[in-house]
Amino acid sequence: MDFWTGKIPAWALQFPDMGRTELRDFKKAIDAGFRTFSRAFGEDIENFFHPLLQFLVWFEKLLLATPWPIIILVVAGLAWLGARSVGIVVGAILSFLAIGYFGMWKDTMSTLAIISVATIVCISLGIPLGIWMAKSDRVQAIVTPILDVMQTIPAFVYLIPVVMLLGIGKVPGLISVCIYAMPPIVRLTSLGIRLVDKEALEAADAFGASYRQRLFGVQIPLALPNIFAGVNQTIMMALAMVVIASMIGVAGLGVPVLRAISNQYLALGMMNGLAIVALAIIFDRVSQSYGKRLQRHRQGINHE
Amino acid sequence: MSNTKISIESLYKIFGKNPQSVLPLVQDGMSKQDLLEQHGHVLGLKDINIDIPDRSITVIMGLSGSGKSTLIRHINRLIEPTAGRMIVDGDDVLAMTKKELIQFRRYKSSMVFQKFGLHVHRTVAGNVAYGLTMQGMPLKKAKAQSHKWLERVGLAGFEGHFPSQLSGGMQQRVGLARALATDAEILLMDEAFSALDPLIRTDMQDVLLDLQTELHKTIVFITHDLDEALRIGDKIAVLRDGAVIQQGDPQDIIMQPADDYIFDFVKDINRGRVLKVKTIMDVGVSVDGPDIPADMVLEEALQIAASSGTRAGNVVNRENQIVGSINLDQIVAGLARPADVSTKEGMYR
Repeated sequence: MDFWTGKIPAWALQFPDMGRTELRDFKKAIDAGFRTFSRAFGEDIENFFHPLLQFLVWFEKLLLATPWPIIILVVAGLAWLGARSVGIVVGAILSFLAIGYFGMWKDTMSTLAIISVATIVCISLGIPLGIWMAKSDRVQAIVTPILDVMQTIPAFVYLIPVVMLLGIGKVPGLISVCIYAMPPIVRLTSLGIRLVDKEALEAADAFGASYRQRLFGVQIPLALPNIFAGVNQTIMMALAMVVIASMIGVAGLGVPVLRAISNQYLALGMMNGLAIVALAIIFDRVSQSYGKRLQRHRQGINHE
Repeated sequence: MSNTKISIESLYKIFGKNPQSVLPLVQDGMSKQDLLEQHGHVLGLKDINIDIPDRSITVIMGLSGSGKSTLIRHINRLIEPTAGRMIVDGDDVLAMTKKELIQFRRYKSSMVFQKFGLHVHRTVAGNVAYGLTMQGMPLKKAKAQSHKWLERVGLAGFEGHFPSQLSGGMQQRVGLARALATDAEILLMDEAFSALDPLIRTDMQDVLLDLQTELHKTIVFITHDLDEALRIGDKIAVLRDGAVIQQGDPQDIIMQPADDYIFDFVKDINRGRVLKVKTIMDVGVSVDGPDIPADMVLEEALQIAASSGTRAGNVVNRENQIVGSINLDQIVAGLARPADVSTKEGMYR
């Protein structure tokens, strides 16, 4: 580029970067450091996650071993409990029948297992974290950027250290799904609690509520619609990770999709993709209408 | 008169990063304006000293920004003070531990809020029962007890409704029932009726006065409305810029406003409906004429005096003893709006 040559000092034209050798050594040092860390603690970390793995395996086996009519009955029952809508229940039954008919039953059960476990993990970590974040501005200031990173960093990037640490398999897959799916539940729990009417809280204080009574009697119930929107988002995002998770050895609907990509099997890809969509729609409708029913006291319906 | 229930002593509240650092300046008399401009702190309350009598209604009046809502929140310590004492029945609320404070809030005081502060996820009965459940009563029993209070505020039959299904006036009745249900001796009312329509406000004032004749609570009532203050207050304290500028008997405040600010407030009120006969009578003198109760307002006394032959009457107390007299000219003079305060300087402190 001689466009600026002679008109501008040379140092401004070439960015003062590290130099190729130094940069390579720098990266190598990080890699070596992480490898050492992974060799030293990999096993401990694996052991730490072992109960989770056992639970996941047990749950997957349970779903696979249960006769399909019972699964469909349970799904229909849960859909009814959540949504109280005949349309949604019928839709759920039809979707599962179609999934089975087109030979995707086993993969769907595996996906269902990992999504359920991931959601449970996200909720049981995310809601307490959200509560803590709502309580303390400092925690909020620290956690918010971390959530931003979790949500925006390309999934493939954090697959690398996760796989280095834990190898490929269900647990690293589960962790990747959770990293991606947890932010909404944390954010919306915190937001919901922060949005609780100030006078309703003052009233709780004025009548002598303790911290726990305030949290469980007022803040969480009033934040529940928002918390539930967070649960809904978390499930949706977990489903979106199914294909990526299958790259590191998680069984489920993502595996045939991956196979379809590498072999250009249009029908296989579409069918499994649509099965994921069907699951997503069922989860979404059920959890959304449950969330709406939680808000029934806001709508002025007579409840005598 | 009655005993002091709550005694507020040299209470200061300064909002800002380091209130203690500027407290001495405020105690030396630095103004709100200077404090904000030179030190970036907001003066909330300045050297408040009020004795709140037992079993009566004390009204704290002031315009928005005068610090009245801040003040009432110090009584049950929803706001932490910068300095001062809040003595309730001999104990300093501001020195209580967390546990003591929770006990105090559960058993000693209750509160009614401007925007009701109801819990929208609880039914009406659940809201009224809330204070009782905080005292440890099982919800079922508390709900059964709350029925009695809902009846008292005229909401029987609405137990199963949610607050969002009620009008503002009805919601505040729920708020009042919730506060009464705990049987606390102290009732704090923060602009409790300010969000209601004028007609419903008068209605609620009647409900409150009615209940008070029977319950004899120590009520601290915050308002920005002088008419409301005069109507329900046994004692009034006027707050401006975080300081008390006058406190005492409502009649005294009308007759002897402490400064131009209060004078501006009181000059436009309907004196005939507020001033009482005892305030302007001739003490001790008796005349020919009908008996007029000492607590009667001038508007009503006017009719009695006008229709009596002597155009005057004897003022009698509750035991029907003559305590003084009043004539038509005095009543008419009492009804007249006073001239500008500056012309009457001598009368005021």
